[in-house]
Amino acid sequence: MKVRAASDQAILAYLGEEIGQAAHERVLKLLRLLQQEPPRWIRNVQPAYCSLLVNFDISLADHAEVEETIRSYEQRTEKHRAPKTSRVEIPVCYGGEFGPDLDEVAAVHGLKPAQVIEVHSSETYHAYFLGFAPGFAYLGDLPAALATPRLSSPRKRVPAGSVGIAGRQTAVYPMATPGAWRLLGRTPLRMFRADHKMMGLISIGDQVRFRPITNREFGELQRR
Amino acid sequence: MSSLLVESAGLQTTVQDLGRPGFGPEGVSASGAADPVALRLGNLLVENQPGVAGLELTLVGGSFVFPDGAVIAITGADLGATVNGRPLEMWASHTLEPGTKLMFGATKNFARGYLAIAGGIQVDPFLGSASTHVLSGLGGFEGRALRKGDRLRIGKASKKVRRRRITLAALYAFKPRKVLRVTEGPQADWFSEAAKQVFYRDVFRVSEESDRVGLRLEGTALDGSPAREMITEGVSLGAVQVTPSGQPIILFVEQQTTGGYPKIANIIAADLHRIGQLRPRAEIRFQRTSLAVARSLWIEQERLLNAPEQLFT
Repeated sequence: MKVRAASDQAILAYLGEEIGQAAHERVLKLLRLLQQEPPRWIRNVQPAYCSLLVNFDISLADHAEVEETIRSYEQRTEKHRAPKTSRVEIPVCYGGEFGPDLDEVAAVHGLKPAQVIEVHSSETYHAYFLGFAPGFAYLGDLPAALATPRLSSPRKRVPAGSVGIAGRQTAVYPMATPGAWRLLGRTPLRMFRADHKMMGLISIGDQVRFRPITNREFGELQRR
Repeated sequence: MSSLLVESAGLQTTVQDLGRPGFGPEGVSASGAADPVALRLGNLLVENQPGVAGLELTLVGGSFVFPDGAVIAITGADLGATVNGRPLEMWASHTLEPGTKLMFGATKNFARGYLAIAGGIQVDPFLGSASTHVLSGLGGFEGRALRKGDRLRIGKASKKVRRRRITLAALYAFKPRKVLRVTEGPQADWFSEAAKQVFYRDVFRVSEESDRVGLRLEGTALDGSPAREMITEGVSLGAVQVTPSGQPIILFVEQQTTGGYPKIANIIAADLHRIGQLRPRAEIRFQRTSLAVARSLWIEQERLLNAPEQLFT
């Protein structure tokens, strides 16, 4: 594990050097242990693909003490099993006004739109972390056959529930925000519920699948 | 319960407290007052707990009516507050009679003014905080900036508030700075010596496209910005990330919680509140400091904020 100062009140612990489930499992184990036994100086943690950002109260500890504690926690996690995670299924209505980039993504890869839907919805994705906006889960790995760069200039407003792809990742926009991911469809589910105990429908480490639905099903689910 | 009526809202007036740290795993950034020191001092003036919610006014304030009266204090940027046409002294507590209208105008100096009210603004908390997260429409009053006609509840003031003001020495200690102190960012060694020289020497201008999410800086592009592929990682408040075009961006209170641009530096904790007072077109510089110095500056700042005998007259 490599450790670097991120700021005067944060350190970054790197648990691997490439995106993959091996490094991510180490991130998840360290995250869980820090959540179960929070040191008195800890203020926030931000997991990502291969790293964990740890924010701390600098009136209570300095970087050396925090690093030492993180290292001892990390050593303890070696004996731990991977934390339990859930399976989540997300119904998606692909194409049309819900997925304005579906046709272009298909054209770029020499596929038919139906094939793009088929590829996108047959994979089981791993939720690496939540970032960008509340409840926005970075899901991977998108099959290479669909890997597409972000739009060169972001949309000012991506509607809530939009399902997008960028590089080898896919995600659902939980709320209307600006965004540069290519939009393939939309889910009628509420991805982030501020009033709910499990705020995000997807949590870090979950296994996520997308299920194609029709316009009609979209309407029915939305009314529920 | 007493209330506050928004007669005009100003440019962007939001309910803010000290934010909601600790929800990184859910992708939620802390939000909170852009200048938390100003909000804390306002709260202390009206004898609230330091983290009670008040209003954050941005560049141009609005006008507010207190049908039942209130005890208030105004801190931060000078937005020309008046009551019945008379200027209201900043950094001091005031008792307003029922029906008083408090009016603000355009800022005379910095970016954000704060209105603290004895008893605090009462809204339903989101994740334990009253702070508005404007970008995602969460928290605060209906998750948005205030509008004309909104009526906000004011909590019950705990006791009779003494009339007092902040000492000049305390104001001096917390004054805005144009030179922001930073420690090296986690990818500082990705940048060329030439780029770092420019970064620590040149003046940068805060772009018009700056808000609570981040401040874009204009100036010499940081040449030799690394082309290395960066794996997205957690980003901390006050991080200075550099885009592929060489433009630095300071991540602020409503920041994305993760990012994929390299960070050359990070504003120190004791200067974070000063970011909140930077207006568009403000000119700033960066000064490198050590982790140890940054820590002692923070501890000294917190000590002063917790020493009423040095804060008030």
